[in-house]
Amino acid sequence: MSLTVSRQPTGAISRRRALLIPSENFVAGALVVLLSAFLLISIALPLYALLSKSFLNRQGEFVGLENYAAYFANPILVDSLFNSLFIAALSTAIVIPLAFTYAYALTRTCMPAKPLFYALALLPLFAPSLMSALSLVYIFGNQGFLRGLLFGNTIYGPIGITIAQVTYTFPHAVLILVTALGLSDGRLYEVANALGTPKTRIFRTVTLPGAQYGLISASFVVFTLVITDFGIPKVIGGQYNVLATDVYRAVVGQQNFERGAVVGMILLVPAVLAFAVDRLVNRRQVALLSARAVPYQPAPNTARDMGFVAYCLVVAFLVAAALGVAVWASFITYWPWNLSFTTANYNFPRFEPAGWNPYFTSVKMAALASIIGTVVIFTGAYVIEKTKAFPMARGFAHFLAMLPVAVPGLVLGLGYVFFFNAPWNPLNIFYATLTILVVNTITHFFTVSHITALTALKQIDREFESVSASLKVPFWNTFRRVTVPICLPAILDIAVYLFINAMTTVSAVIFLYGAHTKLASISIVHMDEAGFIAAAAAMATLIVATSIGVKALHIVLDRYVLARFQFWRRK
Amino acid sequence: MTADKTTPPSDQAYLRIEDLTKRFGQFTALDRISLDINQGEFVCFLGPSGCGKTTLLRAIAGLDIQDEGRISMDGRDVSFSPPAARDFGIVFQSYALFPNLTVADNVSYGLVNQRWSRQNIRDRVAELLELVGLPEQGDKYPVQLSGGQQQRVALARALATSPGLLLLDEPLSALDARVRLRLREQIRELQRRLGVTTVMVTHDQEEALTMADRIVVMNHGVIEQVGTPADVYANPATAFVADFVGTMSFFEGKLAAPGQLTLAGINLACADDRGLTPGSRVTVGLRPEEVRVRNLDPDQPNTMQVRVDDLEYLGAFCRARLVTETGGAVILADFSANLMRDMAVSLNQTLTVSLPPESLHVFATPIEDLASEEAA
Repeated sequence: MSLTVSRQPTGAISRRRALLIPSENFVAGALVVLLSAFLLISIALPLYALLSKSFLNRQGEFVGLENYAAYFANPILVDSLFNSLFIAALSTAIVIPLAFTYAYALTRTCMPAKPLFYALALLPLFAPSLMSALSLVYIFGNQGFLRGLLFGNTIYGPIGITIAQVTYTFPHAVLILVTALGLSDGRLYEVANALGTPKTRIFRTVTLPGAQYGLISASFVVFTLVITDFGIPKVIGGQYNVLATDVYRAVVGQQNFERGAVVGMILLVPAVLAFAVDRLVNRRQVALLSARAVPYQPAPNTARDMGFVAYCLVVAFLVAAALGVAVWASFITYWPWNLSFTTANYNFPRFEPAGWNPYFTSVKMAALASIIGTVVIFTGAYVIEKTKAFPMARGFAHFLAMLPVAVPGLVLGLGYVFFFNAPWNPLNIFYATLTILVVNTITHFFTVSHITALTALKQIDREFESVSASLKVPFWNTFRRVTVPICLPAILDIAVYLFINAMTTVSAVIFLYGAHTKLASISIVHMDEAGFIAAAAAMATLIVATSIGVKALHIVLDRYVLARFQFWRRK
Repeated sequence: MTADKTTPPSDQAYLRIEDLTKRFGQFTALDRISLDINQGEFVCFLGPSGCGKTTLLRAIAGLDIQDEGRISMDGRDVSFSPPAARDFGIVFQSYALFPNLTVADNVSYGLVNQRWSRQNIRDRVAELLELVGLPEQGDKYPVQLSGGQQQRVALARALATSPGLLLLDEPLSALDARVRLRLREQIRELQRRLGVTTVMVTHDQEEALTMADRIVVMNHGVIEQVGTPADVYANPATAFVADFVGTMSFFEGKLAAPGQLTLAGINLACADDRGLTPGSRVTVGLRPEEVRVRNLDPDQPNTMQVRVDDLEYLGAFCRARLVTETGGAVILADFSANLMRDMAVSLNQTLTVSLPPESLHVFATPIEDLASEEAA
């Protein structure tokens, strides 16, 4: 056998290897340091700037809790705090039962057209939050066709905010609850049935306990989304003040950064709480379902299934209407007097000095955030999960990567104002540029993407790197040849997630844009402020169309193109 | 507790491990391990989970660097070298084949990096696939192969660069029983043919006994015994080894005089008392297959009357639970189907058995310490 003698002359090779070895560790180490530095600048330091600002006076002197005392001494501001809490609690109380029933229909019945209903429920994810508020203005506003239903109450205020928030947060709650209800052990139901348990008791003793963590998690997420949302109260809040509009007014209107910082810190509380609860709940949820669990398979039941179809039709119709009316109105000449079709509302130069530019800036920003963000986040997750350089730094980078999810966009934006706009900071040359918008957007949506990447990476055999090392193949070759191809679906998910969120986000970037970098979502706020509601609806329609277009492209790519490169998954 | 008689002179060792220690927090995974492995040898690290065998393998590979101690390969100190600077191929329990690459691309993964010409790579891959019994399978993807086939591809990949050392981390544990038996023979045969120095980690004593030239039995981060399979089985150095490799019944006893044991009120002769002081408390071990029933001379030593308390049917043989007439000690004995038929052994029957002195293993550890060790 020639094998025993076919050993290569190893001397030359091993000398080359010897040169290669420190560089492999060096590259991994350098990547960890780069990632940590990025996260330090993009999340840790801005947050610190916000925190310290809330304890300083206008002259930059430390004043302890004085700013907080001033805030709580002002009855109008305290009113906003209670208004915010009220709206958030009310919206949560409405959304959770609605979404739970909807998610139950999607997971525990044999209702037809489940994918369609699921897609309809998720529609609001593709629009800026304020789009449903624009629709409400058309439906219930001073010229609205259903104004009579409000019995003399105005839509501009708590009623409008709550309805819009319910629409906006509905898909987030459905996503969480579908996951929670989907993680069920069918055996428990078989046992309960075998013991002759009545249906209501099974629901109470098996279904609800199984979904309780999902319910808790969804409640906190919805509460936080509502209390930190800026777009909806801005459009439809009228005279009703909430924390988010207070921040905007304090910072943009009155240049009162100290007060803005205090409100920002207050907004951080529910978000951090929600984050902590979510971490806790997640850990228990995993423990709840053993690896041996058998997924629950619902049995057909015509009466029940049809009942849920009716319910889902109504809810999906309302959700679709909350976006659809704005789309429709954007093509109408003069609501409600002249309902003839027009594209005049898309002639943006008439309504907005920047014309069409905000839209193109948005697309450009979203594309950059998507591409750069995906590279940074996926490579970062790989370095954290798969390399062994600098364990401390990797742990630190992971901690920082998990932070942004607990920071509402408005708070992050404020932190950026305080950090990147500071005169002492050499990075202030980036203020109001596209760069800072891209960095801010990547950071804002970092955590979810990071978790997506980590999940995908954890599914890969953890010995691949060991095998490569034994074969003297540097890790970046394995990253390129094996890891990236295997994770391509997850990578695409991240890219699309970043793109859509970059298109629709308002809260963080409202403080950061400049004359030449105004985004489409911000342009909507401005046109609405100026009374050009139809044009605002038109811009919102463009955003939705672009987001859905990208998502559709993603689905096509995933199903037809990627599938051709994933033949190795098939037996 | 390394058995020095089986360790060859130091200058021949291909792989030398000296005083290796590895801790994970408070837990000591490896406690001053020293071991020499010869060129061309097939060595098994055997022990229960958590005994440190995989940690030792990963230290040899450089995947988890030890806290203290030295490792040298082929005379070269590689103690703190990264894996790429060592010369080994590795096979994991999970196969760890790259799923998006064909079998051929998997096997040539390490060759491409060494700038072999395309033709050389193709020839080498064909040669290796032939060697592991998978010719013409190069264009398939791992998912299209069975577990045993995948593991053979992994083996070919590990051997592709002709490493000086082959490391196998529980390579058979994920496979079906039948496939495991066949692959066991194939790996052994391949190793003999190539003469590559091989270290295999396993918790399966049968695997270790059939495959290894030498077995390293480990427990709690220390080496309990190093020896050939026959040596480890026939002359276990410690009660742990005796219990882990094969089956053994243990008795509480006392060394009455040199070569004289007392247990359960019975006096027995033993061939090796390990030079212990008379009067010390000892544990006495006996393998079930060593209990003699047939052709007993009246003057045979260590004969006694026992009652058949229980019979466990195991197909080719029966495991009998025997209780001594005096003292009520419990002895396990394996009776072949033949013997069962010839002697018409039945429950509650009284038998005369003999326990040959050379089959009584004396251990210094008192029996209660043994039990607590097992619980831990």
